[in-house]
Amino acid sequence: MSVTANISPSKAVDRVAVRSWKLPILFGLLALFAVVVFVVLGPSGQATFRISQEGDAWQVPDLAVPAKVFGVVVAILCVLLAARAYQQMRNGGRIDNWVSMTFTVAFVVGLLVWIIGGTKTQNITLVGLFTGAMLITTPLVFGSLSGVLCERSGVVNIAIEGQLLAGAFTASLVSSITHNAYAGLFAAAVAGVLVSFLLAAFSIKYVVNQIIVGVVLNVLVSGLTGFLFEKIMKIKVDGATIYNQPAQLPDLPIPLLSQIPVIGPTLFRQSIIGYLMLVLVAGIWFGLFRTRWGLRIRAVGEHPKAADTVGINVNRTRFLNVLAGGAVAGVGGAYFTLVAVSSFSKDMTGGLGFIALAALIFGRWNPIGAALAALLFGVAGNLQSILSLAGTPIDGQFLAMLPYALTILAVSGFVGKSRAPAADGEPYIKG
Amino acid sequence: MSETQTVKEPTPPAKESQGSQVIREIMAGNAVISVLAVVVALVIGGILIAVTDPRVTAAAGYFFADPAATLSAIWSSVSEAYGALWRGATYDPTARTWQGQLGIFETLTFATPLILSGLAVTLAFRAGLFNIGAQGQIILGATFAGAVGFGMHLPPAIHLPAVILAGAIGGAIWGGIAGFLKARTGAHEVIVTIMLNYIAISLVLYLLKNQLKDPNSTNPISPQMDGNAVFPLLLGPNFRVHAGLIVAILAVIGVAWLLNRSTLGFEYRAIGANPKAARTAGMLVSRGYITVMLISGALAGLAGVAQIAGTEKSLDSEIAGSIGFDAITVALLGRSKPWGTFFAALLFGAFKAGGTSMAVNADVSIDIVAVVQSLIVLFIAAPPLIRSIFRIKAARREGASA
Repeated sequence: MSVTANISPSKAVDRVAVRSWKLPILFGLLALFAVVVFVVLGPSGQATFRISQEGDAWQVPDLAVPAKVFGVVVAILCVLLAARAYQQMRNGGRIDNWVSMTFTVAFVVGLLVWIIGGTKTQNITLVGLFTGAMLITTPLVFGSLSGVLCERSGVVNIAIEGQLLAGAFTASLVSSITHNAYAGLFAAAVAGVLVSFLLAAFSIKYVVNQIIVGVVLNVLVSGLTGFLFEKIMKIKVDGATIYNQPAQLPDLPIPLLSQIPVIGPTLFRQSIIGYLMLVLVAGIWFGLFRTRWGLRIRAVGEHPKAADTVGINVNRTRFLNVLAGGAVAGVGGAYFTLVAVSSFSKDMTGGLGFIALAALIFGRWNPIGAALAALLFGVAGNLQSILSLAGTPIDGQFLAMLPYALTILAVSGFVGKSRAPAADGEPYIKG
Repeated sequence: MSETQTVKEPTPPAKESQGSQVIREIMAGNAVISVLAVVVALVIGGILIAVTDPRVTAAAGYFFADPAATLSAIWSSVSEAYGALWRGATYDPTARTWQGQLGIFETLTFATPLILSGLAVTLAFRAGLFNIGAQGQIILGATFAGAVGFGMHLPPAIHLPAVILAGAIGGAIWGGIAGFLKARTGAHEVIVTIMLNYIAISLVLYLLKNQLKDPNSTNPISPQMDGNAVFPLLLGPNFRVHAGLIVAILAVIGVAWLLNRSTLGFEYRAIGANPKAARTAGMLVSRGYITVMLISGALAGLAGVAQIAGTEKSLDSEIAGSIGFDAITVALLGRSKPWGTFFAALLFGAFKAGGTSMAVNADVSIDIVAVVQSLIVLFIAAPPLIRSIFRIKAARREGASA
């Protein structure tokens, strides 16, 4: 009797403490935004999505959506879902996943239709949107996977930008010299490992604060590649810059699969880096959450002392993980010079390493989540460049802010619970 | 990195011990290590300069036949580069104009925003916060200052103070967001400030296309600042040194007083050393986080004022350059002490002024300066490494005195 009497009040207290009104409030505000913007300020035009390309296995007619009507539907859906979220939070203290997911998808699609319905051209090729987005998404995924590997083992990786840049530079240099793109790809991985080695050596061996090392490594790599770019890549032999003309990685379309509308050109008509990306996302997810190796890494990242007690070498695990992360980010860097553009230019990664960090956080330190966040950020980034040509109701710069704003919301706990591994950033000193 | 969404306890204790440990490490190092770190970084920079110099590679081709040729090629390559760096930063008797000879004043000009933004990072650091967001705070400060500077037309005695105030407010808002989120939700300030940097760039690009655009220009650039709204030049029209330097020196004195003499500063240092103990002692840690980020942001905003009302005179998206990131290295080199930051900013200002002259006169890209600067900070942050290079024994009382 007394035991149950003791337990139930404390349980109630726990529930109250866990209950957070941030998400319902956010949903409410977004629903209000949807009502005001999609319905009241809704454009009267149509948003046309072109789905099929010539040469696809089967043709799908263009999808024309009247923007105003669609906006009304989305706004009503958003209001209902926000009310449902409020109700669930009041009753159970938690919101079902499907509510948050449906809300997010509905809101994003509504926003997309609203933006496109308001532009002058009013139609958009979905293939172009997604294949263009992959140019941004691919390096983002590699960068955030590097972050996953490092941070799951407890080392903060702010140096993703530097790893990408080092990979891009080295890939271009080696591929130009050897005329072999795959040699460039391998060299890029090595360059990423070298940057990682500095990160690991300073933060694990010399116990320098990991954020400081990361920040400084970014400056170091930017300065080093900039210096070598001026000194080596601008050397001209017979009027051509021979050290900055990398052989490119060829596209390797997969038969049949590459003929599927939209998905085919986006996912199955890529270079080897694109396929490597898909394999790595699945592989790292499986490794981290389904294998003994992953369990050990997560133990090191969450509670290094406990891991040490059961005989895991904490600092060795961290060192290896940081090196592996460097190799992954290096390959992502190679994408810049071996696939996306055909030569290296100074600071060409342009802050994508920090968006990768944002994708990592927004994806909750999970490989698949990070990849989806990278896809979202890639679509937003590509939409921005598509729309900068057409007059739009929303300025491209606000789309550019989206990844960063979402990340701030995520770390402040407004969008789900984005929680870092407990020992992330903590050096481990045995004894 | 980010922290759990907790209701009452914004900062888990694990993070606190780490922050205070870093501060202790940074502050405990001695001047010898700093000097040696600069020397080692310059040596590595010299090696880079030498191996990429075609004269050296040519001489190295017959190294075994004539080793002296290689050595003299290395010597001339490195000494030319660093000689140009030194002369450009101080006094260059070979320059064509007498204004060009006095590079020391260019050093002071470059140092001015570095002092202010370095102080911003230093102050936050002492309260246990990493303000990576000086870049965004500079941009916001410059934007606010610019809006008052070219958007309004006020009498001479009021306009410049209004510009300075506006810049400080702009920076304080941007810094305050990070402080507020840290205090109220536990959001890690490093992530928030990095993200705010990028939001600031997008924001200023948007404003430069719309509200703040110069109607007479096709480029995204603002109109010129009002004549009353700019810092007077200290040494006449021949040099770019402006009264922002005086503001910067006053800020150093102010921050030194704030940290070492005031109650608020004591609170900040207590929070930085051990937030749990500070909370137990009755200090409002969350309020401390908010106010320190407000002041820190305001200082970075003043750096933005120094840029727009001192050197640039109009707003564009490149207004902050790399100052916000250099500020972090300046604060670390200055060991998070106000006067240390001042001298570190002078050194980095000298690197900037000299780097330009090195690029022109010795054909060595200014990027080498970034390499040397980052190496300096890496070595300073890792005293054991420098000690092992030079076989210095660790000071016995280091742990006790910190």
